[in-house]
Amino acid sequence: MAPITLEHIEKRYPDGALAVEDFNLEIADGEFVILVGPSGSGKSTVLNMIAGLEDITAGELLIGGQVVNQKSPKDRDIAMVFQSYALYPHMTVRENMGFALKLAKTPKDVINQKVEEAARILDLTQHLDRKPANLSGGQRQRVAMGRAIVRDPAAFLMDEPLSNLDAKLRVQTRTEVSRLQRRLGTTMVYVTHDQVEALTLGDRVAVMRSGLLQQVASPQELYDRPVNLFVAGFIGSPSMNFMSGTLEEGKLRTALGDIPVAGQLQQDLAGANVSRDVIVGIRPEDFEDEALVPAENRHNGMTFPATIDVVESLGSEKFVYFSKELGAVETAELAELARDSGRAEGGAAAETVVARLDPATQITEGQDTELWVDVRAVHVFDPATGRNLTRGVSGASAASAASAAPPPGGAAPADAPDDSAAGQDTGSTTTPPR
Amino acid sequence: MATTTPQKVGWSVANVVTIVLVLIPLVWIISLSFKTTGSITDPTYFPVHWTWSNYSGILTTSTFLRPLLNSVGIGAIATFIAVVLASMAAYAVARLNFPGKSVLIGVSLLIAMFPAIALATPLFNIERVLGLFNTWPGLIIPYVATGLPLGIYTLSAFFREIPWELEKAAKVDGATPFQAFVRVIAPLAAPGMVTTAILVFLFCWNEFLLAITLTATTASRTAPAALSFFTGSSQFAVPTGSISAAAVVITIPIIIFVLFFQRRIVAGLTSGAVKG
Repeated sequence: MAPITLEHIEKRYPDGALAVEDFNLEIADGEFVILVGPSGSGKSTVLNMIAGLEDITAGELLIGGQVVNQKSPKDRDIAMVFQSYALYPHMTVRENMGFALKLAKTPKDVINQKVEEAARILDLTQHLDRKPANLSGGQRQRVAMGRAIVRDPAAFLMDEPLSNLDAKLRVQTRTEVSRLQRRLGTTMVYVTHDQVEALTLGDRVAVMRSGLLQQVASPQELYDRPVNLFVAGFIGSPSMNFMSGTLEEGKLRTALGDIPVAGQLQQDLAGANVSRDVIVGIRPEDFEDEALVPAENRHNGMTFPATIDVVESLGSEKFVYFSKELGAVETAELAELARDSGRAEGGAAAETVVARLDPATQITEGQDTELWVDVRAVHVFDPATGRNLTRGVSGASAASAASAAPPPGGAAPADAPDDSAAGQDTGSTTTPPR
Repeated sequence: MATTTPQKVGWSVANVVTIVLVLIPLVWIISLSFKTTGSITDPTYFPVHWTWSNYSGILTTSTFLRPLLNSVGIGAIATFIAVVLASMAAYAVARLNFPGKSVLIGVSLLIAMFPAIALATPLFNIERVLGLFNTWPGLIIPYVATGLPLGIYTLSAFFREIPWELEKAAKVDGATPFQAFVRVIAPLAAPGMVTTAILVFLFCWNEFLLAITLTATTASRTAPAALSFFTGSSQFAVPTGSISAAAVVITIPIIIFVLFFQRRIVAGLTSGAVKG
């Protein structure tokens, strides 16, 4: 068990392609950190660099307080679970799990004891003498985990370990991974492209885009206070609705209506150097059927007319989709998110708003109705930089980052939004507040 | 795909013709090996007087038994060395990007294409100077050199199909690159190595030109070369019967070998071209 520190880590491939840029992250001993981002965001590269499978171009990597940049994987005392599991096909489950110990010249009886204990934890005891080819996907996945835990390493690295499982098994195994990590108390770095997995598993989640760290925070913090458009759009399912808006005369004019700039919103926007045009983001759950809003809450939002296209009932909640002329919201970040989720083809989809309503709602498809939106929950973004201007995220960024830090460690200072946002636009980075 | 009767007939005829053409010389050799010296020039395809004398003759003289031993020994040693070296080279070719990789592949193919007859005389001179002439190493070294291109080519196709992540897993598990190769990659490439070994061994077993050029006595002469030194009972008698019998004897192991490893050999020959 050991803390892992990444300081100004950079990865540049021989052909000049920059995969990871100025990556700073402190992972406390025993912490469970998730690296999440769309494909090509550099998250697996970071993991491979921690493992020692890829060279670090610049910066320092410390495991347990020691710089390990030049150490080979075997000298780093880390265990890794691969997406394909990478089980040795010619060895039995027992041999697979004991391979690392055998290489370390551990006495046979110790190997057996450790392997059997790991097998018991993972419910693999009756499969110990079978070959990987004869196991189911879930069993193979558990063998891969077992191979990691028998080592009792300084840290576990997991590279999308659940993505080869079917949906139901994935949810089950997700819980198991979480339980296992708590039981073992070992530092764990986990890579995934699935934001649901990231939010459910991690103590802290690091969101990456195009090789740049966007934000590191607890799942709730990421959800409530995303530092920029990308994080806001990436975290949450269904994702946040974006529309263009204009700030004038103390009002935020949007396609849904004029939102009065008052209270917290006023404080936030006054503190920031805002332009007149902004991007407004509203999460689906901040909408409600007007008829179901309690009277005492009504003044916190505004009502607007909408024609409902589709209603999806999930029992516990209802999703309704309606179209609005939202105005063009085109930024590189949102385009990337659309590509990642496969929405790019449906051009019309960008004009669709999703709202999550109470299941008690009587709204039906095709109906003209009134919806209510909680204006306290509105996010306002700067269209040029993508930065979030609300939620105190921009003003008190350092403080918010620090509050997301685990008790013993400390958040990576460079997750401050000023840094990541500026980095994308100009290619140069300002010194983050520390 | 449904085949019509005329198609079936057509293919059957073509197959039969091919098989007959291939078998005629083979059966002829076998037939000759069973004929008596007197009846060897008979205008009959099958022997009229059957005899084992040709076989008992060659199997009791050291002019054939010793070369048979040489063939087995030289073939086995050359195959072993070639497979070990080729698997390392093929691993590098399949996995690493190093400067001169394409040159290495090119040169190894060049060796395979070089006509052996052009090498025979220079090799003869070189080996005489080095004292390798008429020794086992004198044949093993050129056999390894000729077997390597074949081995590198076949094995790199096998290595390419082993997932990269297995090596990464081995590295993270604490293996040095050499341990990863020996403990994880090589066992998985074992079918490829067996195939390569068979192909190289067949080449060594059948090789004639270098065997006859680089040897002088039965101390190192291999079986195919020894055949050409058979003499008849008198200066004027042609030892056709003995040669035929010896040819049959050295072919039998090959036939058994090929029948046994048929699938493997086909897999090895096509693994570069067809995936899986």
